[in-house]
Amino acid sequence: MRDLTNEILELIRRTSSDLPKDVEERLKAAVEKEAPGSAARGALETILKNIELSRKNSTPICQDTGTPIFYVKYPAGWSTLQLKKQIRAALAEATKRSYMRPNAVDAVYDKNTGNNLGGDDFPSIHFEEVEGDELTIELMLKGGGCENVGRQYSLPASELGAGRDLAGVRKAVLDAVQKAQGQGCAPGILGVAIGGDRGSGYIKSKEVLYEKIGTRNPDPKLAALEEQLTEEANQLGIGPMGFGGKTTVIDTKIIGLSRLPASYFVTVSYMCWAYRRRKMTVKANGEVLYD
Amino acid sequence: MKTVNIPISDDVIRELKVGDPVALNGVMITGRDAVHKWMIETFIRKTRLPQGDDLEVYEALKPILNGGVIYHCGPVVSGLDTKDYKFVAAGPTTSIREEPYQAEVMKHFNVKGVIGKGGMGPKTLKGCQETPGVYFHAIGGAATFIAQSVTRVLGVYKLEFGVPEAIWVIEVKDLPVVVTMDAHGQSLHQVIEEQSSKVLADLFAK
Repeated sequence: MRDLTNEILELIRRTSSDLPKDVEERLKAAVEKEAPGSAARGALETILKNIELSRKNSTPICQDTGTPIFYVKYPAGWSTLQLKKQIRAALAEATKRSYMRPNAVDAVYDKNTGNNLGGDDFPSIHFEEVEGDELTIELMLKGGGCENVGRQYSLPASELGAGRDLAGVRKAVLDAVQKAQGQGCAPGILGVAIGGDRGSGYIKSKEVLYEKIGTRNPDPKLAALEEQLTEEANQLGIGPMGFGGKTTVIDTKIIGLSRLPASYFVTVSYMCWAYRRRKMTVKANGEVLYD
Repeated sequence: MKTVNIPISDDVIRELKVGDPVALNGVMITGRDAVHKWMIETFIRKTRLPQGDDLEVYEALKPILNGGVIYHCGPVVSGLDTKDYKFVAAGPTTSIREEPYQAEVMKHFNVKGVIGKGGMGPKTLKGCQETPGVYFHAIGGAATFIAQSVTRVLGVYKLEFGVPEAIWVIEVKDLPVVVTMDAHGQSLHQVIEEQSSKVLADLFAK
């Protein structure tokens, strides 16, 4: 089996230092909406300067290089054991090269491992065998500030007047955005899972964040709710960094899951503006492409 | 933009108002979760006895923090092998986690400024009035950009807390921040929280 350590290292470098184009474009558009001279506009201008500098210097966009979350989709013939070893080796090397901050802290003994390798759970790696002959590895770096403002609601939630329907989902999501204020590094991107159990709700609410901005749920009901939530979240006026302003949320992505009759969870994952996600594809002929 | 030099006097602090853009100059330290907990437990509430080099570090920090600034930041640092340290990426971390500790730390050390992101709560706002001090908001995530304002790393304490949690002593030139909590009891964060809470109630009523 081919050793992909160097290619994965490149994936990590790009993810940490080069923001996807669709995100950068939305941030550029957001600048124009804020009043000249306002703190919100100043924040967005600084953010854009930072994106450019990080790309040029190959340095982290944000010092919190986050939880590395990998999704590996492999055709038959690849060893997940080997791929896991290569991902871990690439991550340790990326840390040595300052593309990544050492971020794995033993929660019981309070010790930072220094190389971003914790137990089996860190980095987070999901494997799935797929049809065809291409291998893809997607990586998201999700910072702690935005992870901390994620929320899970169990409906009905009487304090919100939120029942077990899409109107209740709407209230839960808007409540999460209001509670987050600027602390998740607004403007943010929302990943929302309706249903599932407590675990799958959080996993799926992050998975939807691998899609490009503007990708709508194929179900028209959910697509409409996605757009409505982005628009209403922006009425809250929290703005970039929580300074007050027009852009609080850039996009909302919803996924509907199965639930138990007894449970109705709404899970909100908040992604900061430093929405670092990249994909590499290993073609059947061995060519490696980065997106 | 106002230029503020560290150490900062009470007069300069009282002149700063919410909304003021400021360029900071001078020597400051980074300190976040582990550092605030350590300071509170070991030197302020004294629920834990000093261990190892604790007292030595405490004595070294006192003059830096008197009139000084704490930056809530867990940087990416290069040169760890050679000790020729350089800040590669150094944006602010979320400050609200230090809310239980910040006011006491400010008063104990006479800290004039706290830099972070996301703002802090009523306890720290009161601490800003009493010390007096201010909260400076840096742009979250703008890590490469802000690292350019760090001209030198003068040293590091408590590296055993890990690179992000250690106390880095740094010299900065024109580090760009905005005052969002001042020494007169004003907080931009409180205002935005209240306004957005009203809008949320209206949206819920629809």
